[in-house]
Amino acid sequence: MKKSIMLGALAVAGLTAASASASTLDDVKARGKLNCGVLSGLTGFSQPDANGVWEGFDVAVCRAVAAAVLGDSTAVEFVPLTTQVRFTALASGEIDILARNTTWTFSRDTDLKLDFIGVNYYDGQGFMVPKSLGVTSAKDLDGATVCIQTGTTTELNLADFFRANNISYEPIPIETNAEAQQQYLAGACDVYTTDASGLAATRATFEAPGDHVILPEIISKEPLGPVVRHGDNEWGDIAMWTLNALIAAEELGVTSANVEELSAAATTNPEINRLLGTEGDLGAMIGLDAQWAVRAIAAGGNYGELFEKNIGVNTPIGLARGLNAQWTEGGLIYAPPFR
Amino acid sequence: MTTLTDTPKQGFRLSQLIYDTRYRSITIQVIATVLIVAALWWLARNTVANLTALGKDFTLEFLGNRSGYDINQRLIAYDSNATHGRAALVGILNTLLVAGLGCVLATILGVIFGVLRLSKNWIVSRLAAVYVEGFRNVPLLLWIIAIFAVMTESTPSPRDFRGENPVASMALADNVAITNRGAYIPEPLFANGLGDVEIKPGGVFADLYFNVSIDLIVILLTLVVSLLVVKLVNTRAADIQNATGVRPTTWWVNLLIIVAPIAALLWGLGFYLGKPELSGFNFSGGTHLRNSLLALWLALSLYTGAFIAEIVRGGINAVSKGQTEAAFALGLRPNRTMRLVILPQALRVIIPPLISQFLNLTKNSSLAIAIGYMDVRSTLGGITVNQTGRELEGILLVGLFYLLLSLAISTGMNWFNDRVKLKER
Repeated sequence: MKKSIMLGALAVAGLTAASASASTLDDVKARGKLNCGVLSGLTGFSQPDANGVWEGFDVAVCRAVAAAVLGDSTAVEFVPLTTQVRFTALASGEIDILARNTTWTFSRDTDLKLDFIGVNYYDGQGFMVPKSLGVTSAKDLDGATVCIQTGTTTELNLADFFRANNISYEPIPIETNAEAQQQYLAGACDVYTTDASGLAATRATFEAPGDHVILPEIISKEPLGPVVRHGDNEWGDIAMWTLNALIAAEELGVTSANVEELSAAATTNPEINRLLGTEGDLGAMIGLDAQWAVRAIAAGGNYGELFEKNIGVNTPIGLARGLNAQWTEGGLIYAPPFR
Repeated sequence: MTTLTDTPKQGFRLSQLIYDTRYRSITIQVIATVLIVAALWWLARNTVANLTALGKDFTLEFLGNRSGYDINQRLIAYDSNATHGRAALVGILNTLLVAGLGCVLATILGVIFGVLRLSKNWIVSRLAAVYVEGFRNVPLLLWIIAIFAVMTESTPSPRDFRGENPVASMALADNVAITNRGAYIPEPLFANGLGDVEIKPGGVFADLYFNVSIDLIVILLTLVVSLLVVKLVNTRAADIQNATGVRPTTWWVNLLIIVAPIAALLWGLGFYLGKPELSGFNFSGGTHLRNSLLALWLALSLYTGAFIAEIVRGGINAVSKGQTEAAFALGLRPNRTMRLVILPQALRVIIPPLISQFLNLTKNSSLAIAIGYMDVRSTLGGITVNQTGRELEGILLVGLFYLLLSLAISTGMNWFNDRVKLKER
C-alpha cells in the first residue's frame, strides 16, 4: 500500500513521462494486457476464486473491456487497490481503468481529473450492526464506535450524517474491507458503514449472517461506476460504450448464450445489428473492429447476467435488482441508443 | 654544475584539467555539479510538464478548505467543519505524541535490557538476548499488527461489561476498563478549575488556535518553583558539608517543599479523578487510550528498545575494565559502580548512535496507518490527499514535516551530546 502511494507520487513527480502523453488505447494494445484497478477483496464484486482467477461484478467490466479491445477477456492484469491509493494509481498511469465501486461525485470528476464512464451499480450508504445491540435506526447510534474505510465518500457522509442529527460517534479508520470485517466481528466497533451492497456482500461471508442487521436508513446516493483518466477521451469512449453495450444487450435480449447466433447474420432488429456489428460500423468510430461488442458480451454475459451471476438474489449476497433494474422494469439502468 | 632553478614556464593547457592533480578535483566537482543540476532541472521540468498534461496545478490552497472528515484521537479541538490544515495539525500532534512516548519507553527498555544482557546471571542475560534478537530481527510492521491484533482479539468489548452477570469487569477497584477499543483510565478533573485561555493567531496561522488550561500552567509553575527551592536547599547543605564535614539531613525538607504546595494547590482547585463509566455503546468519562496508540507505542518502543539495548551494551563494553576494578577497589557495590562510574562514561559512546535510533523511531511511526492510528501520514498524507487529489503537495508536505522533525531531534540530541562528551581542555 505504502509502495503504491510512493510509486504514484514518484510517477506524478515525473519519472514516467509516457503515461500522460501517449494514448491509452495504443498503450494497452502494445502491452497486450489491460491494467485494471479493483477492490482487494469483496465477495461478489471482486475477489480471486480458489484458483486465483479474479471474478465479480466489477471485475466483469474490466473483462468486457479487455475482450472488446484485445479480443481476450483474460488479458487483464488486476491490481488490488485500497481506497486511499486508487486515484493516485489511476492518475499515475499504473492502471488503465478503475472498476472498484467508486462513487461518482462532482469534485472527483472535475478536480481530481477523473472521468466516470457511467454507473454500473446505484448504491447508497447503509449501516450494519449486530442484532444483539437492539438498534433499529441509525439515529440510535449516538456514541457508537464506527468502522469506516478511509479516503471514501462514506467517510464524509458519515461525518455529515452524525453532525446533521447532532449525535456523536467514534470513527475507527481502516484500510480494507477484510480489516473492517475482522474489527467488526471482534466487537472493536459497534457499527460497520459502507455502501449497502458492500454490507450485504460482507455479511454474506459471516458465519452467522442472521445475527447482523442492515439498518433501514440509506444516508446517501452512491452511484458506483468505472473510472478512467481525464483527457484521453478515445479511451473513455471505449470504456463507456463497452459498459453501455452490456446494458443495451440486456435490454435487447442479447445474452452470452445467443450472442454468437445473433451476430452470425443480420437480424430483424436494426439496433441489435448495429450493436453486434452486422450493420453499420460503430466499432470503427471508437477505433475497434466490428465485433467488439460481441466479444464484450460473450466474455461474461450482458448486464443482467453479470448481476444475477455475481450479486443477484440467487447468490449468497442476495441483492435484488431494485434501482439497478432496466429502465423498462422501473429501474435506473439505461443505455443511450446505439446509433 | 647546473642547479634546478625554475620549472619551465608553460602556458595553461586544456589537458591539465584532467592530468594535473592541482586542477583535476576542481574539474570533477564542476562536472558533478552540472550533472546534478541538470538532473534536478529535468525532474522539475518533467513534473511541471506531467502536471500540465494531467491538467493539475500545484497549490496549497486545499489546506484552507473544509476537511469534512472526523478524527478519533485529537489533542486539540477539531471536527469535520475544520480545515485540512487543522486536520494535518491534529495528525502532526499525534505523530509527536507517539514519537515522544516511544522515545522515552524505548530508552528505558534499551538501558534495562542492555545492562541485563551483560549480567553474570545466565538466565537473565539469556532472556535479555532473546528479547533483543526477537525484536531486532522481525520486521516492525509485523510487530505492530501482531500487538494490535492481540489487543483487539483477546480483550473484551464494552458490551461484555454490561448486564447482571457481566463477562468482563473493570480492573483496579473499578477504575480502569481494558477493552478491545483501548484502555479507559481515570482522568484528572478540577471542581473549581480556572478555565482555559484561548490562543488564537491570525493570518496564515489561523488554524493554529488552541486552548491552554490555566490549571496546568499553575501546577507546572508551582512545581518549577518548588524544584528551584529544593536546589537552593541542596546548595546550602553542600556549603554546610564543605564547612563542617557533616551534611544536614535534607530529604524530608525537600519532600515537604515539593509535595506540600502541590497538594495545597490541588485541594484548592478541587482535584478529583473522573472515572470511566459504561454508558450507551462505550465507556464515557475518563481518558481513552486507544488500542491503536497503545499498540503502536508498544511496538515502536519494543522494537527500537532492542536496538538501543545493543548500543547500551556496546557503550558499557567500551568502558575499560580497569574502571570497574578501580571502583570495586574503592569499595563501591556493583549497582553503584554501574550508575556512578560506568554509565556516565558509556554515555559518551551511546549518545551518537542513540540519536539515529530516535530518528528511526520517529520515522517508523508513519507505519501507524496499518492499524488506523491517525498520525500525520494518515491525515494529511492519507485522507486529505485522497479526498482532495493533491498527491504531490500532500506527500511533499508530509516529507517536509518528517525532515524538519528529524533535524530538530538531531539538533537537540547533538546539543545534549556536546554537554556530556569528554571535555578536552
